[in-house]
Amino acid sequence: MSAAPGKLRVLAAMSGGVDSAVAAALLAEQGHEVTGVTLRLACYGKQPDNPRACCTLDAMDDARRTAMTMGFAHHVIDAEDVFRHRVLQPFVDGYAGGRTPYPCALCNQHLKFGDLVTRMELTGADVLCTGHYAHVRVLEGGEVGLFRGRDADKDQTYALALVPYAALSRTRLPLGSLTKTEVREHAHRLGLKVWDKVESQDLCFVPDGDYAGYITGKLGETRGTAPGDFVDAAGHVLGAHRGVIHYTVGQRKGLGLASSEPWYVLAIDAAANTVTLGRRAELESPGLVTDAMNWLTATPPADGTRVLARIRYNHAGAMATLRHAANGAVEALFDEATPQMAVTPGQLAVFYDGDRCLGGASIARALPNAAAVARASAQGQEART
Amino acid sequence: MIYLDHNASTPVRPEVADAMNAALRELSANPSSAHREGQRVRAEVERARARVAAFAGAREDEVVFVSGGTEGDHLAIVGCALARRAEGQHVAFAALEHHAVHGAAHLLHELGWTHSELPCDGDGRTIPDAVDALPAGTTVLSVMLANNETGVLQPVAELARRARARGIRVHCDAVQGAGKVRVNVAELGADYVVLSGHKFGGPKGAAALIARRDAPLSPLSRGSAHERGRRGGTENVAGIVGLGLACELAGAELDAQAERIGALRAAFEAGLRSAHPDCVIHGERAERLPNTTNVSFPGARADHLLLALDARGLAASAGAACASGAVEPSPVLAAMNVPRELAIGALRFSLGAATTAAEIEAALAIVTAAVAAARGAGVRA
Repeated sequence: MSAAPGKLRVLAAMSGGVDSAVAAALLAEQGHEVTGVTLRLACYGKQPDNPRACCTLDAMDDARRTAMTMGFAHHVIDAEDVFRHRVLQPFVDGYAGGRTPYPCALCNQHLKFGDLVTRMELTGADVLCTGHYAHVRVLEGGEVGLFRGRDADKDQTYALALVPYAALSRTRLPLGSLTKTEVREHAHRLGLKVWDKVESQDLCFVPDGDYAGYITGKLGETRGTAPGDFVDAAGHVLGAHRGVIHYTVGQRKGLGLASSEPWYVLAIDAAANTVTLGRRAELESPGLVTDAMNWLTATPPADGTRVLARIRYNHAGAMATLRHAANGAVEALFDEATPQMAVTPGQLAVFYDGDRCLGGASIARALPNAAAVARASAQGQEART
Repeated sequence: MIYLDHNASTPVRPEVADAMNAALRELSANPSSAHREGQRVRAEVERARARVAAFAGAREDEVVFVSGGTEGDHLAIVGCALARRAEGQHVAFAALEHHAVHGAAHLLHELGWTHSELPCDGDGRTIPDAVDALPAGTTVLSVMLANNETGVLQPVAELARRARARGIRVHCDAVQGAGKVRVNVAELGADYVVLSGHKFGGPKGAAALIARRDAPLSPLSRGSAHERGRRGGTENVAGIVGLGLACELAGAELDAQAERIGALRAAFEAGLRSAHPDCVIHGERAERLPNTTNVSFPGARADHLLLALDARGLAASAGAACASGAVEPSPVLAAMNVPRELAIGALRFSLGAATTAAEIEAALAIVTAAVAAARGAGVRA
């Protein structure tokens, strides 16, 4: 059961959106033997709240229609359990623990590139195809690497930083050399009905962007919802917070504190149920420590490697120097001239050498801001005198 | 592609396709028209009616042409319930009936009716004693001839005998049985029997409700006197012609095909058991249709198996997945108390008139490869 000479058997992950539709359709157009698969991630007993979310029943119909238009097979695979345990639960645990998790990376890691790769054997597929804007390239010497896509605005390497390295060599990303506009043009040219479909914003499972409301309301989570104290870096109580689940590092709005100078969330301590506030300058951090790294290189880079570090999806990046820490983690020190604002635990730190994505991990903690430490210490002195 | 999904639908027989093609080209008048062209079309419709009647052991005037099994089931169940509403507003059906019957009951529920479900045993046979416990005011009982998922034949005659003794009319959905086992309305003891052409070499969209002469029936589509006032609407002439011919051809070959297909199924199941000693064939202790195998391979999920089979060129069905792709046990296997971990892996293979021994041999090899791949992918959803 192999494909025709020169052709590949392709398992195409299809969310129902235009990107994955065009990725699959382009490979089908080239004559590869494509089977489309849509992962069913949640219970669709009743209609979902928002038609713009991906992975809904409508989305399955859209994916199926693309497959019919292009004349390849399409199947729905139930992945609700994996989604619940590997994506949703860590998302909830993260918020309840005072972090700001980034579930898209986990979804790519465990579902699209984890689960689907194990399921490639079902169809005897040679490669997995997804609609991400990124490149997989083979370097001289045969090493495989992940590279930024041509459309800088759409580049999705940040969201792919946790995918298993071994999966890269079996992956095709046909949109890496296209812009979003070109993708829509291809969809239109190929007669795909999704060509003008609106883009999903926010998280697909929280289409209205109200994460706290989703976690406490729909999932019935109670951790992280008890009111507690806003404190400053020295521990002075500044007011009352509504539960740590409602806050993220760097947040300014919605704190409910009157002040001539705005307060920002500096840190969240779920165990102590406190949210530490400070002034804008105190948000700056000289560096960060990650959780265990996922490297997208044959061997991890050496200590002292200079990288571009991105600390959230839309972050342009800042130059940093890597140093390996215990248990597979790294410490990244930003250049002294460019400390970064709002280093947020739970978000990813993703490192680049030029256009190549070297890998990433969740941010465990920010390195302390020297000014804030000094100020806190000074205030502590004041308080004692 | 090896096609082992004949319970879903069968290929149209070439003779049937030819007859329908001719009907589409040559029978253009309305069979209700008085002119001789209309009469010519009417004659073909009536010829088909006679063929259907002969196929099912019914009288010609008992045959009502409908659009499919679902419509036939609705017309019988809802039509009987409405006609007998003064005697009670309760209906009953076997738990493992097809969605079409559940749908008719749901419609009646919206109109104020209540219903009872008859349980089945672990082999997938509806328990006849349950009829005796139905509440007073039950006006119609629906029980299928053969289950579409397992192929298990139901004790229709026994159920009907008990129902009639209590004044309950009996509807038999024979859609999955007709063309595979002999259907005789008198032997079944049913007041209403439904069969559908596409399950035995006829076209989709052409089916028949056989309503006995004394069976009450309140028509659902009205306004014209088609089908003796029982089903308004201009006849689907080509479909009816195809249905009639399919009945005649299937009826003539029925015993020989049942024997031939039964032997292929036995070889298929023997091959499955030998390659997969831990496989579980659902309903195997009961008398079944000769063409159907419903089987689970522990540790292999149905959605994975279907994907793997499809990629390797074998068409079958899951008894387990809904339209959204959720891996849920089928209500039929749940009613048989099949454990969930087995039920979510259930596959239905259904053989047909065109199935060959070589295809069965090739299918067994494909199943073995697919089971290995599906087990490798795990059972976690």
